Amino acid sequence: MTDQSQQLESITQREYKAGFVTDIEADSLPPGLNEDVIREISRIKGEPEFMLEYRLKAYRHWLTMDTPEWAHVHYPPIDYQEISYYSAPKKKDDGPKSLDEVDPELLKTYEKLGVPLDERARLAGVAVDAVFDSVSVANTFQDKLAEEGIIFMPISKALKEHPDLVEKYLGSVVPYKDNFYAALNSAVFSDGSFVYIPKGVRCPMELSTYFRINAANTGQFERTLIIADDDSYVSYLEGCTAPMRDENQLHAAVVELVAMDRAEIKYSTVQNWYPGDENGKGGIYNFVTKRAACRGVSSKVSWTQVETGSAITWKYPSVVLQGDNSVGEFYSVAVTNNMQQADTGTKMIHLGKNTSSTIISKGISAGRSQNAYRGLVRVGPNAENARNYTECDSLLMGDKCGAHTFPYIEVKNPTAKVEHEASTSKISEDQLFYCKQRGLDAEDAVSMIVNGFCKQVIRELPMEFAVEAQNLLGLSLEGSVG
Amino acid sequence: MLEIKNLHASVDGKEILRGINLTVNPGEVHAIMGPNGAGKSTLSNVLAGRDGYEVTQGEVIYKGENLLELEPEERAQRGVFLAFQYPVEIPGVSNVYLLKAALNAVRKYQGQDEVDAIDFLTLVRDKMKLVKMDEQFLHRNVNEGFSGGEKKRNEILQMAVLEPALAILDETDSGLDIDALRIVSEGVNALRAADRSIVMITHYQRLLDHIVPDFVHVLSQGQIVKSGDKELAKELEKSGYSWIHDAPEGQTA
Repeated sequence: MTDQSQQLESITQREYKAGFVTDIEADSLPPGLNEDVIREISRIKGEPEFMLEYRLKAYRHWLTMDTPEWAHVHYPPIDYQEISYYSAPKKKDDGPKSLDEVDPELLKTYEKLGVPLDERARLAGVAVDAVFDSVSVANTFQDKLAEEGIIFMPISKALKEHPDLVEKYLGSVVPYKDNFYAALNSAVFSDGSFVYIPKGVRCPMELSTYFRINAANTGQFERTLIIADDDSYVSYLEGCTAPMRDENQLHAAVVELVAMDRAEIKYSTVQNWYPGDENGKGGIYNFVTKRAACRGVSSKVSWTQVETGSAITWKYPSVVLQGDNSVGEFYSVAVTNNMQQADTGTKMIHLGKNTSSTIISKGISAGRSQNAYRGLVRVGPNAENARNYTECDSLLMGDKCGAHTFPYIEVKNPTAKVEHEASTSKISEDQLFYCKQRGLDAEDAVSMIVNGFCKQVIRELPMEFAVEAQNLLGLSLEGSVG
Repeated sequence: MLEIKNLHASVDGKEILRGINLTVNPGEVHAIMGPNGAGKSTLSNVLAGRDGYEVTQGEVIYKGENLLELEPEERAQRGVFLAFQYPVEIPGVSNVYLLKAALNAVRKYQGQDEVDAIDFLTLVRDKMKLVKMDEQFLHRNVNEGFSGGEKKRNEILQMAVLEPALAILDETDSGLDIDALRIVSEGVNALRAADRSIVMITHYQRLLDHIVPDFVHVLSQGQIVKSGDKELAKELEKSGYSWIHDAPEGQTA
């Protein structure tokens, strides 16, 4: 190994800064999954009857399903009876009314993670829902948003306060039969955010949810539902972290977005779940189903994701372009290092006329990791003049990692125009030497080269988070130059 | 400024440099000429600290320090600049971004404050005139889609911005048409200074018509076999490199 590949190696040997554990008393269900557990979750949350029925239907269907094995990832079978499906910090009543009632330990946790929940300390213009294990522990700026008629609250609260809206849309984009993990999530989901933007309202601030897994041996089953009514706009961001543990933990989320006529939803993710150690011990299994329905004419959904964490990532944020002239976008940076595995991409399903989609995917692999892009572009028979542009680029650091591209294109309408470009490159020793000869040290050089590679995606993030994402990219590859 | 003593270096176990001796004083311009395979590029890479070159004997003293013990970026921060024969493309990174990062890295080492964006633009615009570069170059990605001439001009622009004490120009004339050669040479000439030394490595004499050196050295089979003034280059131009192989073994400058 040359000096420079050693340097790459040492740059990508990172330290996971969100790896601490919060010492807090929790109410957890014992590990195991059966109908009684599901009834208990629903009871604790005080859910309406329809929700329990939906969960049970999903559970019964899940029992008939097999674990998907088509993804380019490898892991031992998961024992679903060993996982606890509900864990919540102990508290007096159901949910904090104000920040004064939030356990100071929790406030400290989020502050340490760089997400202060105190509204005065927050970045101006960002409302936060903080989800800790299975429950939402704080939700800022609710009053201000309510003035505009915007609903932004934990989904468990929305089930009580707006059951009709939840019932109407939940499962309408990702039905529980959709896939194995979606069925599991539908049966046991705990918390997540619910957003409703009324007609004609442009949400005045960024909405964000910060997911934190803390308790050991629990799974987090986040459920998020965002509805943008006619002529509305919302930008939503989620961030995720977890403590460092030797056991793998499961995060199986379902996110559904619905955009009505001329509505626009911008959904950004900075995913930094614990990735496991350098030998692949521990880390989060991130098995996520994210899908948006562009139901209305001229509606638009764009997914932007920066994925640096998780032992295994299995996720394909998709857009179903039903409305005529609707637009779907997917911008992704997926970084894998050490023993991480990622199989991620998107699906763009063109059903309406004049629909268009853009896919920009940047995969960065370092260490002994495996990074796959998997994308489907489907143009239905009625989708006249559908357009798609796909670009997926892979960057390899070192010679022990892998990058894979699995594009699927299905076109049933002759007027469609579908373009696909792909490239694979390495951070060459020449590039590194060139930067070093100009005075930059190896870490700054790698960070600069990687950020250059990801520029098309990073610039899609809301500004406050672009900086965070850039730093995270640098950190994630700390120890890996090659 | 620079003192190279009995420098031996190998690549993959094969000895390429076999006892180079060279002294470069402040303000001097030295040309190192030689046929292909003489070790010209090896010498510039060893001086800049590139991986894959093993120094087996000898030493290189730069401003009183053992240059060979320093990392490439430490050499750069101390004022050693290499104008690359093949400048590297860096997709997605704008030229201006790299230039500013490089300048600030050097300034930081020298204990100076970082330059802010506005001061930097003023500075860089001024330097761009030296190599007749358009401002749009600043916003293009580093060397991406640049013509051969543009890449070399960009190297000289970087040199102008970084103001090195020792500039090593590796085959800066290769791949240039006569107009580009003139622009690049004028840029280099404008950067000649009493406290700056330049080592030009070239195969052809024509560069020396534009950048007139104080000394010319002939490198052959890993050794400097002949040294002289600019007239030596003209002699080489006339009779080619073949005669030097007949020169007595071990003769040095």
